[in-house]
Amino acid sequence: MAVKQDRLVQIGFMETGRRDSWWLPPVLTFAGYTAFIVYTTWAALQNANYWDGNLLSPFYSPELFGKSPHAIFGPEPSWWPNAIFPYSPALLILAFPAGFRMTCYYYRGAYYKAFWADPPGCAVGEPRKTYWGERTFPLIIQNIHRYFMYAAVAFIFLLSYDIYVSMKFPDGFGISLGTLILATNVVLIGSYTFGCHSFRHIAGGVLDRISRASVRKKVYDCSSCLNRRHMLFAWVSMFTVMFCDIYTRLCAMGVWTNWRIL
Amino acid sequence: MSQVTFRIWRGEGKEGEFKEYKTEITEGMVVLDAVHQIQAESAGDMAVRWNCKAGKCGSCSAEVNGMPKLMCMTRMNTLPQDKPITIEPIKAFPRIKDLVTDVSWNFDVKKRIKKFKPRPPDAPDGTWRMQQEDIDRPQEFRKCIECFLCQDVCHVLRDHHMHESFIGPRFLIYTAALEMHPLDTENRAKDLKDEFGIGLCNITKCCTKVCPENITITDNGIIPLKERVVDEFFDPVNKLLRIFKPNS
Ligand code: SF4
Ligand code: SF4
Ligand code: FES
Ligand code: FES
Repeated sequence: MAVKQDRLVQIGFMETGRRDSWWLPPVLTFAGYTAFIVYTTWAALQNANYWDGNLLSPFYSPELFGKSPHAIFGPEPSWWPNAIFPYSPALLILAFPAGFRMTCYYYRGAYYKAFWADPPGCAVGEPRKTYWGERTFPLIIQNIHRYFMYAAVAFIFLLSYDIYVSMKFPDGFGISLGTLILATNVVLIGSYTFGCHSFRHIAGGVLDRISRASVRKKVYDCSSCLNRRHMLFAWVSMFTVMFCDIYTRLCAMGVWTNWRIL
Repeated sequence: MSQVTFRIWRGEGKEGEFKEYKTEITEGMVVLDAVHQIQAESAGDMAVRWNCKAGKCGSCSAEVNGMPKLMCMTRMNTLPQDKPITIEPIKAFPRIKDLVTDVSWNFDVKKRIKKFKPRPPDAPDGTWRMQQEDIDRPQEFRKCIECFLCQDVCHVLRDHHMHESFIGPRFLIYTAALEMHPLDTENRAKDLKDEFGIGLCNITKCCTKVCPENITITDNGIIPLKERVVDEFFDPVNKLLRIFKPNS
């Protein structure tokens, strides 16, 4: 049964016969994720310019406690140890979307390659000889993904509510460019979330005789369809959510004005 | 017609080296044709395994310019011909001679997977009824030709040599075809977790990338199996629910 280890060839770090630019996707992934992480961390810690009138940045939504009119439960909590770590409403909620993406099957595969060179590329030699995979601690924790998915589904509704709020102006109903940007973001995050492998599994993947559950079969088929483009939605929604924050921030700072269309 | 240079791995076991050969390439040729031509012209003793020349027997697996490929399905005009084209044996299994490797480990692995165990027949004549939409998923995996290119590219076997604790993508989808089969009643989740090392797959999808049958190994096979393992071993809420609904 065993393969005699000494009969196998050892492959050195970066050793490959590939001639194509195999390094390009991991380099782009590395650059893209790093930019996103750096920007998100910076934006989340600002505790300023995260709303502009009826527009709320998705990084700060839902705003549980905060100084904007969007805050659900009132002002910033007085007990927060501001001297140790300055308060920001984003800190209370960002763990959910961040955890969802961190444990996403697509992101996992991509960052294991780009950040950990495990492997650097397909058929390209690895730097380390030892390997644990997701079988033991710490990466066994990735199995928690479906719980983050439940939260992510709730966030779709919360972010949809923000679109509704963005249409409420002092003089009644209206639509601004910000509304459209928030709406585009929700559609794309929704396409990402409902194409999640855990969602797909729970929707119908778990059933071996799905023909007997016609509603679940429909949901499963829709989810599978989104799942085929999961990587695309992962990237696009990452940029749109970031752009929503940039847009709100620049409007709040007075650099841009949220153009009212209707 | 053009002269193309090949660098082909020649040797016995682990010992060997690349040797250069030149041969004429004509329109429509695949890599395996070139190898056969070289064999006929200048290397009569070169070992190469092949059978169908139609991408269906899975024998002619090798690494062409570093990528795991079927030699019979790799057209010469898809490769840059200004530089020598390298052909070497697959790396996840012991080399025997030249391009031929010993893939027998795979056949032993297959024997360890619990066999198909159908529910009692649906009709008095001993037959079953299935819906096409229920069998669609296993059918995708049944396209496998056992070329073992996915096993070759998988870093768990290729770089880490964890043949003892990991069955590889080929046998994960073999297990998936059984697990997802509408008639099957066996449960292989514990084996997947403990014996077959599904947790070692880090879903980097190289297997999917090289599969000549375009089987969506990772997304349709391995990840759904990982989710089933989560159902049984890592999801306390699901466990609780199943106490009340044992057959779901
Ligand atoms: S996805 Fe998993 S099985 Fe496929 S090559 Fe990567 S680690 Fe191996
Ligand atoms: S799954 Fe694809 S790559 Fe793997 S052995 Fe089967 S046909 Fe070959
Ligand atoms: S697999 Fe990507 S979000 Fe769940
Ligand atoms: S010779 Fe049969 S697959 Fe190539």
